Amino acid sequence: MNRDPKAGTGDLPITHYPSPITGFYTLFHKEWLRFWKVSVQTILAPILTVLLFLVVFAYSLSGRVEIFPGVDYAAFLVPGLAMMSVLQNAFANSSSSLMQSKMTGNIVFVLLPPFSHQEFFGAYLLAAIARGMVVGAGVFIATVWFVDLRLERPLWAAAFALAGSGVMGALGIIAGIHSDKVDELAAFQNFIILPLTFLSGVFYSIQSLPPLWQAASHLNPIFYMVDGFRYGFFGASDVSPWLSLAIVGGSFFALSFFTLWLLRSGYKLRH
Amino acid sequence: MVPAIQIEQVSKNYGGIRALDAVSLTIGQGEFFGLLGPNGAGKTTLINVLAGLVLASSGSARVLGHDVVADYRSARRALGVVPQELVFDPFFTVREALVFQSGYFGLRDNRGWIEEVMHNLDLSDRATTNMRALSGGMKRRVLVAQALVHKPPVIVLDEPTAGVDVELRQALWQFIRRLNRDGHTIVLTTHYLEEAEALCGRIAMLKQGRIVALDSTQNLLRLHSGCYLELRLQPDRLPESLAALVTLRREGGYRLALRDYTEVESVIAGLRSAGIAIQELEVLQPDLEEIFVQIMHKA
Repeated sequence: MNRDPKAGTGDLPITHYPSPITGFYTLFHKEWLRFWKVSVQTILAPILTVLLFLVVFAYSLSGRVEIFPGVDYAAFLVPGLAMMSVLQNAFANSSSSLMQSKMTGNIVFVLLPPFSHQEFFGAYLLAAIARGMVVGAGVFIATVWFVDLRLERPLWAAAFALAGSGVMGALGIIAGIHSDKVDELAAFQNFIILPLTFLSGVFYSIQSLPPLWQAASHLNPIFYMVDGFRYGFFGASDVSPWLSLAIVGGSFFALSFFTLWLLRSGYKLRH
Repeated sequence: MVPAIQIEQVSKNYGGIRALDAVSLTIGQGEFFGLLGPNGAGKTTLINVLAGLVLASSGSARVLGHDVVADYRSARRALGVVPQELVFDPFFTVREALVFQSGYFGLRDNRGWIEEVMHNLDLSDRATTNMRALSGGMKRRVLVAQALVHKPPVIVLDEPTAGVDVELRQALWQFIRRLNRDGHTIVLTTHYLEEAEALCGRIAMLKQGRIVALDSTQNLLRLHSGCYLELRLQPDRLPESLAALVTLRREGGYRLALRDYTEVESVIAGLRSAGIAIQELEVLQPDLEEIFVQIMHKA
């Protein structure tokens, strides 16, 4: 240390003009690199999971089930599986990042700088959406070679992918902030996110369910994300895509406001 | 001149526990200030209030005149904190950690200063090493570097030498001293009281969330002006009249605590009248550690 005792520490005070945009971008970039550096675990593994689902369900039921007229079951399944991956990975990104940072104590590195709660929220949310999108894109790239898929309304698909991953990213921030232990977060994931995702019509159309379960499905916000996303591919859906968009968009804004309020209050971050 | 740190009537309650009790403290720009106290005295809580990591139950805190809540952006830009715990982000290398930390403070094109900080903390050779692969001492250096990347005028070091070897400790203090000479205000908490005595111009002592002593280091040493008398006697015994002054009995010697230097004469007279010869005599000044213990017992 001090190999050059004459070296100064620079002029005081700060010579650079600090910019909140730089802060926000840096936090987003750090969150992006956090999952990108371990992409085998965060990107390739979810894609492989989807391919396994596809092999098991699509090839065992192909030719026996036709949910939309003229649409092969494998083709029906891919958008649902892709959306499931988008949603689960968006949630996993923000929740696990915050949870790990809290547990290891390195959360101080993002609490000491002058981030507003909006910048903090925006950076974590955007990184969650980004991971969801990367995994979703990976699912399509992996399946496009052996499933005949058409994308009739790409803007609808993009809108639902963005809004859906936004909802799950915000939910992940809430879960990450609230959870003090790994098993609390695991409970959130296993008892809320996973059942809601599996019961959202990823593998079937809710039209095939008994009336009671159809009604129950309408209470599941993830159903609207999957159904609206699928509408972007086939131009057909169980409920109106406008209704789905309103519910998913409304959920996104409600959760975002709640998360911002939570961050502003300092809940479990600034004691 | 605006104080570097101004804390007014800050209290912090955790349920029924009062971690800080109406603490008021002003630290001038350019000071090297020591914050001392036993474990649980409230030192880290006070630092966390300044850093915005803890929200005070009442009172206010300012860094260079910026309120840490109302004007948190300016307050946090002015403050660099070296946390007590050895925390790190295992995903990144040393240089990445520093570039990110600099970016969080809104600074672009800060590579020159980052390289200089790494050089001064002997981290340049480890710039591309993952944080996980560093020793505890190296991780501590990175924590110091992370607190300095945005060139903060006020630097708070929360027990930065805990668990650090002697060589690093001395090198770290050399660097921090230089930062202080360059105009940075330094606030230090440490359990090594000899460090505080050697480095700090002023010292505050906390106990149970309250400031129980606040003065210049010199005044603290002077005001508690008692001294110690170390004696080697022949025969090796003390008269009854002096027994109450003994604080330490060593083989072949005694240490007596005196209220002031004038008592030295009466001790010598007492020994002479008892027919005891003095073989060795040494008058010792109390150090900060002894004063710390005295104050903590009195408070």
